[in-house]
Order: sequence, then C-alpha cells, then structure tokens
Amino acid sequence: AARMFLRLLSDVQWRAAHPKWRRMTSSQRSTSTTPEPHPVALPAQAQVVICGGGIMGTSVAYHLSKMGWKDIVLLEQGRLAAGTTRFCAGIVSTARPVSIELKMAHYSNKLYQQLEQETGVQTGYMKTGSISLAQTQDRLISLKRVASSLNVMGIPCEIISPKKVVQLHPLINIHDLVGAMYVPEDALVSSANVSLALATAASRNGVQIHERTSVSHVTVQNGRVTGVETDRGRIQCEYFVNCAGQWAYELGHSGEEPVHIPLHACEHFYLLTHPLKEPLSSSLPTVVDPDGRIYIRNWQGGILSGGFEKNPKPLFTEGRNQLEIQNLQEDWDHFGPLLSALLRRMPGLETLQIMQLVNCPESFTPDMRCIMGESPTARGYFVLAGMNSAGISYGGGAGKYLAEWMVNGYPSENVWPLDLKRFGTLQSSRTFLRHRVMEVMPLMCDLKVPRWDFQTGRQLRTSPLYDRLDAQGARWMEKHGFERVKYFVPPGKDLLDLDHSKTFYKPDWFDIVGSEVKCCKEAVCVIDMSSFTKFEISSTGDQALESLQYLFSNDLDVPVGHVVHTGMLNEKGGYENDCSIARLSKRSFFMISPTDQQVHCWAWLKKRLPDDSNLIMEDVTWKYTALNLIGPRAVDVLSELSYAPMTAEHFPSLFCKEMSVGYANGIRVMSITHTGEPGFVLYIPIEYALHVYNEVMNMGQKYGIRNAGYYALRSLRIEKFFAFWGQDLDAFTTPMECGREFQVKLEKGMQFLGQEALLEQKQNGVYKRFTMFILEDHDTDMDLWPWWGEPIFRNGRYVGKTTSSAYSYTLERHVCLGFVHHFDEKTGEELVVTTDFINQGEYEIDIAGQRFQAKAKLYPFSSLFTQRRRKDEVELSGYQRE
Amino acid sequence: FYLTPPQVNSILKANEYSFKVPEFDGKNISSVLGFDSNQLPANAPIEDRRSAATCLQTRGMLLGVFDGHAGCACAQAVSERLFYYIAVSLLPHETLLEIENAVESGRALLPILQWHKHPNDYFSKEASKLYFNSLRTYWQELIDLNSGETTDVREALINAFKRLDNDISLEAQVGDPNSFLNYLVLRVAFSGATACVAHVDGVDLHIANTGDSRAMLGVQEEDGSWSAVNLSYDHNAQNEHEVARVKMEHPKSEEKSLVKQDRLLGLLMPFRAFGDVKFKWSIELQKRVIESGPDQLNDNEYTKFIPPNYHTPPYLTAEPEVIHHKLRPQDKFLVLATDGLWETMHRQDVARIVGEYLTGVHHQQPIAVGGYKVTLGQMHGLLTERRARISSVFEDQNAATHLIRHAVGNNEFGTVDHERLSKMLSLPEELARMYRDDITIIVVQFNSHVIGAY
Repeated sequence: AARMFLRLLSDVQWRAAHPKWRRMTSSQRSTSTTPEPHPVALPAQAQVVICGGGIMGTSVAYHLSKMGWKDIVLLEQGRLAAGTTRFCAGIVSTARPVSIELKMAHYSNKLYQQLEQETGVQTGYMKTGSISLAQTQDRLISLKRVASSLNVMGIPCEIISPKKVVQLHPLINIHDLVGAMYVPEDALVSSANVSLALATAASRNGVQIHERTSVSHVTVQNGRVTGVETDRGRIQCEYFVNCAGQWAYELGHSGEEPVHIPLHACEHFYLLTHPLKEPLSSSLPTVVDPDGRIYIRNWQGGILSGGFEKNPKPLFTEGRNQLEIQNLQEDWDHFGPLLSALLRRMPGLETLQIMQLVNCPESFTPDMRCIMGESPTARGYFVLAGMNSAGISYGGGAGKYLAEWMVNGYPSENVWPLDLKRFGTLQSSRTFLRHRVMEVMPLMCDLKVPRWDFQTGRQLRTSPLYDRLDAQGARWMEKHGFERVKYFVPPGKDLLDLDHSKTFYKPDWFDIVGSEVKCCKEAVCVIDMSSFTKFEISSTGDQALESLQYLFSNDLDVPVGHVVHTGMLNEKGGYENDCSIARLSKRSFFMISPTDQQVHCWAWLKKRLPDDSNLIMEDVTWKYTALNLIGPRAVDVLSELSYAPMTAEHFPSLFCKEMSVGYANGIRVMSITHTGEPGFVLYIPIEYALHVYNEVMNMGQKYGIRNAGYYALRSLRIEKFFAFWGQDLDAFTTPMECGREFQVKLEKGMQFLGQEALLEQKQNGVYKRFTMFILEDHDTDMDLWPWWGEPIFRNGRYVGKTTSSAYSYTLERHVCLGFVHHFDEKTGEELVVTTDFINQGEYEIDIAGQRFQAKAKLYPFSSLFTQRRRKDEVELSGYQRE
Repeated sequence: FYLTPPQVNSILKANEYSFKVPEFDGKNISSVLGFDSNQLPANAPIEDRRSAATCLQTRGMLLGVFDGHAGCACAQAVSERLFYYIAVSLLPHETLLEIENAVESGRALLPILQWHKHPNDYFSKEASKLYFNSLRTYWQELIDLNSGETTDVREALINAFKRLDNDISLEAQVGDPNSFLNYLVLRVAFSGATACVAHVDGVDLHIANTGDSRAMLGVQEEDGSWSAVNLSYDHNAQNEHEVARVKMEHPKSEEKSLVKQDRLLGLLMPFRAFGDVKFKWSIELQKRVIESGPDQLNDNEYTKFIPPNYHTPPYLTAEPEVIHHKLRPQDKFLVLATDGLWETMHRQDVARIVGEYLTGVHHQQPIAVGGYKVTLGQMHGLLTERRARISSVFEDQNAATHLIRHAVGNNEFGTVDHERLSKMLSLPEELARMYRDDITIIVVQFNSHVIGAY
C-alpha cells in the first residue's frame, strides 16, 4: 500500500504541471492496471525511437530535442518513470572516483537544479549536501582522493573531522569515525518527477511520448537500424536508443542481430520510516557510510535508508516476467545487517516507526561502470543503461553525452570507460553476469585500492601456457576476460597474503617485481602477452594498403617485413587505437592492438573499410600465443634456438620475420618488446605454444631467463615514458599532444583520417602536453603511492591530472605520466602549452590531499637506459601499450 | 570454567553416527535415505543404548533407542539382542529351516542383520554364545509352530519383545556355570530398559514401544512449515490408558498403592520395561535367585529391596504397543529419542528444528510489517534472534547432534545460547544427572520420491 502511496505522491505532482504530451495518450489515467485505449496512433516513421521512459530515456529525449533533433518517439511499456526510476532513492551525489562519472553527476546536479524553473514540474530538488563517513584510515584515504578530484573540478568539498560531522548531522554516532568528506552541493530530488520534468520539456520540444507501448524487437538491415516492431505496430527509424534499464539485455537480444548489453539486475532494498517526533529537516545532509554499507537521507520528516549488502540477490537471470517489479517481496532478514549498521550509525532511531521496506531492483554491469554508446554491429543502435544504482546521479550527464554522440558523431568528453564497445559477446553470458554482479554490488561500498581485480567470472580466456605459468607461481589479473600474469611468486617464498596487497602504500610484491625488472634489464625475461588483439588484413590487390594508409596516421607503405607503430586516429586527430602493424607481404598486414580494443577496433575498421569482398579482415587473436622476450640476452636465446643470426645487423629493430624456433616453424618474430628494452615478441600458432615456451625456457637457463608479469612490463614502459592507450591515450588525445609526431607521416602522399586536425595543431600548437613527472620528495616505503587521476599543480595552480604511474626501479623514484594544460589565470581559458611552459614550472602531484614535488620531463632518460643502443632506435620504439 | 565452541563441539560430536542407504545403480530405491544418531551422557556410564540394522533376509530396516535404569546392563542386552528376535520373528518358515540346518550341520550361517554401529556401540563377546542359544531355541520353537501364515509385522514385534524379556528372565533364573556370565545375566534381569523400535519397510512404518521413549514423525505441510505426529504413547503415569491398564491387571485392593508419586509402586517411572524382574518375579523367586547368586548381588541394597505393597506380580511387562503408519510423501523424517530429549523440548520444536536442518531451508515466516507499528529497534531485535537460530544449524553435520545442541543449549527464545551450552556440558559427573538425563536420538530421513511412487 505504501508503494502505491509513493506512486500517487509523484503522480499528483506531475499532474499539477499539465504537461502537453499527456493529451496524446489517454485522458483517463488511473493507477488501475486495466488496459486503456490508445487514442493516438504511433507514427509510421521517425528519426529516433527511444525505448524506455525512465530517467535515461527521458534524459536522452530531452537532450536530443534540445540539440535540435525533433523527430523523436519515446516508447514506454508501462508508464513513464514507473520502473527503477520510480523507486530510486533520489540522491544526486558527485562523489565519484571515476572522472567521467564525476562529470556526469556534476552536470546532472546543475541540470536538475534549474529543471523546475524550466519546465514548471516540481522536482523536489533540495541541496542538502552529503557526508561520506570513514571508519578506517584507508577509507579516509580513498575519500581524500575523491576530494582532490572534486576540488580541482571546482566542486566544493572538504575533509572534515568527526566533530564537524555532528554539527552537520546531530543524529550521527561518531565514536568509530576517523573522518568524513562533506560535499555541500550534493542534492536530493524526486527521481520520478525529474524524469517527468525531462519528458515534459522534451514533449514541448516536439518529442512524441507513447506509454503502454512495448518494443518487441529492433530490425537491422545491412548493419543499420531500420525500425522497431512494437505491440502497436512498426515504426521505421534511423536511430534506436535502448534505455530499457534492466530489460536492456533482453531487448538487445530480441532482434535477429543481437546487441550484447551486459547487465544484470539485483534486488535492492531501502527502508522508509514515519517522521521522527521532531521531524527531520528536509535540508539535512545525506549520509553515506560505506564501511557500514548504507546510505541515509531525510525523507518526509523521517528517513530513507538503504545499502549494498555483501550477499546480493540477483534476479531476472532467466529473463523478464519471471516476477513483476511491483510484486517483489520485502525481505527483512536480508536487510538485517544493514539495519544493524543503520542503528549503529544513528542509535537514536531505535524508536522510530517503520513505514515500509522497499524492494527496488537495480541493474549492475561487469565493471561497475554504466553502459553507453553505439552497438559495434548495428549502426544507429544506441544504448544507455546499467547505471549500477546511480541512475539519478548520472541521468542528466549520461543523456547529454549520448545525445551529443548521436548528433555530432562523438560526445564532448572521453567516454571510453563507459563505451558499450569495451564489452563483447564474452561478457554476455547470463551465468557470468549473474556471478559478476553478485561481486559488483557489494563493491559499491567496498574499499577500492590500487590494482584491485574482480574475483568472479575468471579463467574464461587463457593462454595455452596458463597451467604451466600458474604452477610456477603466477598471480593473475584479468583484462577483457583474458587472464594475464601480474608477477610470479618465487618458490619458497610464502604465499602472499592478499590483504597485504590491498594497500594504498607500498605493496608486498614490490621486491618480486623489482627482481623481474632487474632480470629484464640484465638478462632476459618471458612475458606471456597472448591477450593482445590481433587482426590480419589482406586483399587481392592494393585495397588493403590503400585503406590502411587512410585509416592510420603513419606510413604503412614500408618494405615487407617492417613493423610500424601507428595511431588509428579520428577526424580530430585523437587516438581511437594505438597499434603496431607488420607488413607481412605486399598485400597483407598483421595488426596488434591493446586487449580491450577487440570490439572497438573491429567496429571502427568495419565501418570505414570499403565494402569489398576482395578485402578481408580477420580477427586472429585466438590463433596466436604471444611470448615477449625482453632483455639483452633475448638475442642469444633466439639465435641458439633458430640457428639464425639475430643481431641488429641481421634483425634490426621494428622488424618482422617468420622463422623456426626449436622444432616449430612459422613463428612470427618481431623485434619489438612494448617496453623500449631490447628483445622480441614471438607470435606462435597456439599448437606450438608449449613447445616453444619449453624450448625458450630450457635454452634460456644459461642466460638467466625467468618468467615475468605485467607489473614489471608496466614499470619498464612508464619509466620509458611510453603512453598506453585506454590509460594515457584516448580519443581526445592526438599524437602531437603526446610527443608522437614521429609516428605521423603528414606528408605520405595521400590523405589520412585526422590529418587536417593534426596539421592545424602543428601550426597552432597543442592545448595539453603529455608529461612525465619524477616524484622528488616521495618516500616509497612510507608515503602513499600514486595511482592515477592525481591532480598536477604547476606553481601552485592546477594544470591537469596524471593518467598512470609506476615505481621505476632504475631511477628508484616514482614516475607519473599525465597531461599538463595551460589555463589562463584570470579567465580559465585554455591556452597553448609550449615546451617552455612545461619546463619553466615547479610541479607538485597531489596524492590524497598531500602534495609531492615532481620534476617534469618531456623526453625519457634515454642515456640512462640505452648504453647499448643507438639513439634513433630509441626514438623509433617510442611506442608502447600494455 | 568455560568451554570454547570447539570444545563444546567435540563433546557434542563424540558419539555421532550417520548412515546413508547405499545407492543401487545410481538410485536409492529404499524409502529410507539414511539416518543420523547421537548420544549425550548424563549418567556415567551412560545408561542409554541405540541400535540400527538392516534386515537381510527380509526387507526393512530396524532402528531403536533403549533407556536403561538401575544400571545399563539390561539396555545393553536389549540393544544387542532385540533386533535378532524381531528379525527371526519376521523370517519365513523356509528361511528359518535353512538357518537351523546350517547351524545343525556346521555350515556358514545366512547373515540375518547388517548392523550400523558407532565404534562406541559394543556387543558383549562373552555372552554371545548364551544369547545365541536362547535365540536358536526361539527359532526352533517358531519352526515347530509353523502356522503357515505370512508373518504379520505387528505380531512379530510383540512376540519378539515378549520372548526376549522372557529369555532374560529365564537366563537369570537358570544361571550360568561361568561366574562372569552368571553375574551378567542377573544384572541384566535386575536392571531395566525401555525400548522404542521402528521397523521401516517401504511405506510401512511400525513403531513398537515399551516405556517412555518416544517416536515422532516430522511432517512438512503444504506451506513448507513443519508439524509433529506422535507414533508412540508414553507408558508412564501421565498416560491415563496405561494407568487404567495397570489397575485392571491387579485387584481393586491394590488400586491406591499401584501408582504413587507418578511411579509404579512408588518406584518405577516407566510402566512397561524389559528386565526389572523385581517387578515381575514373585518374592520367593527373587529371594531364591539372590541368595544363590554371587556375593556382589547379595551386597546390593537395591536388588535385595522388595517393592512395598508387592502382592500380585507381575506388575510390569515388556509387551510393546505397536503403531502402524503408512508413510506419505510429506512424512520427511522420524525421530526416535529417549525421554532425555522430550523432557527439554516440545515435539513441535523438534519437528521444526530437524525439518529446517534437513531441508537446509529455514522456513521462518517472512516478516511483513503490514499495518503494525514496529520500531526500528524492535525489528532489529527480532532479526538478530532469527539470525542466531539459523546460524546454529551450520555447525552440525548430523541432525541428531543438532537436536542435542538445541535440547541442551536453548535459551528462553528457543535459540542456542553458547554460554548455556558450555555450562551444561561442563557440569561435573555427579551434578550432570540433576540437570539433564541421558539423551539418545535417532533421526531417520525418508525418501519422498520413493514413497511417492508407491
């Protein structure tokens, strides 16, 4: 009954606003479930059809119509804002660790604030502020990191003492607190009403809204959306936007060409109470107690409190209509631990009377980040879903970015961390999703320390050497479903206690990785890098070369057997991908990209390669095992195994040759290592993998060979100032901005994608510059370690953020990589960043509120590392990724 | 002095035993899935006994608990011998002949029972020959009596009980040249034991009960909740029918002295029992046997003591009351337990605790606030209590152990209180009997699929 009450509450409010679109559907609206006639027929066609009338669908409609698209139809299977949006707790919080999420929340807050004025619909917006509590020092560190990011964004935020907490919220028990973060501008809204306000505004801008209309499937022809089939007929359209919330997965799978949207619902509970004797003020700050796994907001003089339990209850695994949302049961036993946490935090509430326990399912994604973007397989099929219970915080910003994406072809910010194409079919298994979201939901509250890994859904993709490496002490992490070695625990050394690795300080693998790095520098190491994405592109004539020359910035018309490092740039010159391409023959190329590029790069190329049956692109990732032999003795190992001279004269840097290794023939050997160290990568047909690995390890013994992992690789590449796509490089970074001009052939005799933008940058200068920082007064043993996302200060002023960091065992210092901007001191306008600007500053890096002096460098310490190598080789290898 | 949870567990689990009916061809075709049993002593040594065996020459499984008094000798003898008497009573004529011929010609005997014993459940080696001879006499009589009719389980049970008690009595009267055995048979006869035995064969469940142990069926209702059905009647002063029976069997003049302070002749709690010849033999017989018996017997004040108002023996019988029940799919388990359990727990709680344990589902009505006025504090208290109830389940791998944990450790809310459990288990021997009795429990789990298919 109280649930009905909630519904009525918001209905009354939006009815008062008399939205124009209401007249288009039935005039007799009631809460009964009897079907009503649809007086307004669906249009036969529209430019855009949006499925889902929750906060996401209405936000997309709102923003699209604001940007000038008018021919939009929004379809809702039930009633507007009646799904998760209806039951959501309505907390708008900007305290988000991921920068793009923070930006979305910040924008949402600003949008909602003025929405009532804009639309006349009451949104219940109330700026209450929020207090995030820390029960432990580690939690306080993580809050301080968030506070640093908020501050440089210009969002007021402070770390406060427990005493100050009581002043802000008298009910809080502070005896177990070490501190808290206060964000005064965080807000509360009625989420259903925000959604209705957005719908009202969109409707005024011409968007047609049809309730009680469900989409059965989307039709796709020749890789393009052509229309949607609904229970009320077909609508032809160019664009389809799947904002179906927890049904997005199923809707994605309903068409002939499935669109994989990996999300899964979990039950989510929150408690509503009657008002206190002295009703709580509606301006009382929202309290988030992550160590207690709960949040508490004021609600009609009482409280609304929910949380993210350790043992979530996934649901709808078998699909929809197993259970109607409205019929979900309260489960007090399940809520018990959260209730304990609530009473521990606010003991004064013991006598407060319960109104209801609301069960409101939320959808979660495999990596705790939302899903937006265009399907890699169906053009015009856009998705915005999987909000991980932060839908109201992200709604405004996410809708804006998606609208920009549809209208302009790309959003105004780097949304790669949220891009649908970071996932593929492999994350779409129901079992995987069910298991993973059971880990993700508790993670909402768990402390996230550097280098944490998911524990569920593991060992899906593995190298054929997996067991062999595991037996030798490998510790694993996962990327795009692929198991990769972090480092090897030496025999005899005690198994590392996982808890000790979970620290913001020096981790316990420090010496282990140090010795792997040393071995790479002095002898030879083997790293299994099989996870990298590998494509082969070939043609009968010159089609392959011609197409690739247009799509890649470097000159690929090199002699057969050469390897080229090159960016795959967009129109603005930004990196869509960063890869190495080997010319196998006149007409065929072998392309190596980062692991998580498998879907994105494929879609990017498919979309742009000419539709020519004589031009063939094949994903051969699964066909090859890649062994990276790093170190000065790699030459000796390989030449002994192949009876072929491998010295620089015979096998120069950036060279590719098929040869025999041991008994195995046809091994593709490339003289690159992704680290700047000398060595080779062997691309081995998988059936030979074990043989070649055994041969290499046996032969390598006398040269001191050992296994190494990605942590060693990472330390090596960062001290060499090598940028990594997805971490340092993104679609908003050009080669000019990261010192990679040498990887661009502006005059290769033909046009290429991004060329104009680069030429312009070359002329006008760049507005940010990739810079390497060496921490000066940082004590590796005692101080907090940098991670990424730390603010960079130049002469005391914020100029940018770090994108990655690692300890350099050679320099015995921490190295951070990041971008330096030049903001005008008065206007904040972005100015050109010159070499002098970089070189003439005093720099500090802010790690969780503590600033460390740093030396900025635009070029790596070439002399320090490369006694044995010529300078031009160093520059040529100025490429990396992980 | 305080026992840690592992110490508590090691005490509780010392006597636990589990048996799973082996699967045949990947399927268990028996109506019994298996059973869990356990004992917790209060007396030193414990006076309770338990037995479980599969009948090999007929179908069916036998399970029983035996509560001894005035020592454990009688309970021990009954636990070793009764199932053989029952099995023999059930055997068809041909099988009896076959067995007799085998014994006669010194051939290997057909095995009659497969025992399921805890290592602590011992059989007397010294008396086995004596016991065997008595049993052989019984089956020889059965062969001679050959009625040609199929054996009725109810009758077989009653006959076996009575025959064994008779043999116990006779053996004591006749005595044995071996002085050890002579003393043993007298101790068996002068001590007593109740017996509660289940015979399960397909859907036919027979309970034969003598005394105040109890058999209870755990039934799962359609809504998933648990209820208890009694399958035995206690033979004690609380049972009107039993009191009436005793009064019927003796002259009106004894009416007042028969049951005093809820005890038979003011002395004995159970109204039916094995042994206890002091309540069965004439005074003359008792005196003669004691005088000719060994000195230890003569020195024993209890055995020499003749019950007051002892006019028309026998006052006591071992004849069981037999209840037959056709198993239904909703009958999930059977609990056989000595009165040590039933003194502390209501059968309804027993049904719920075992039911939830066996199904692993804690069917607690979900809490719904509805229109009630409930505060956060009240709800919190309620949830904490419910959690405690559930968490106690996971410590035990044996349903009988789990029941004992509750029987001994339950607080006023019906949840296991570790402190209480620790105190009860660390009582010194001499005090333990004042706070609790020996507890013996067998929990038999039924195979609903098989039962449903009948």
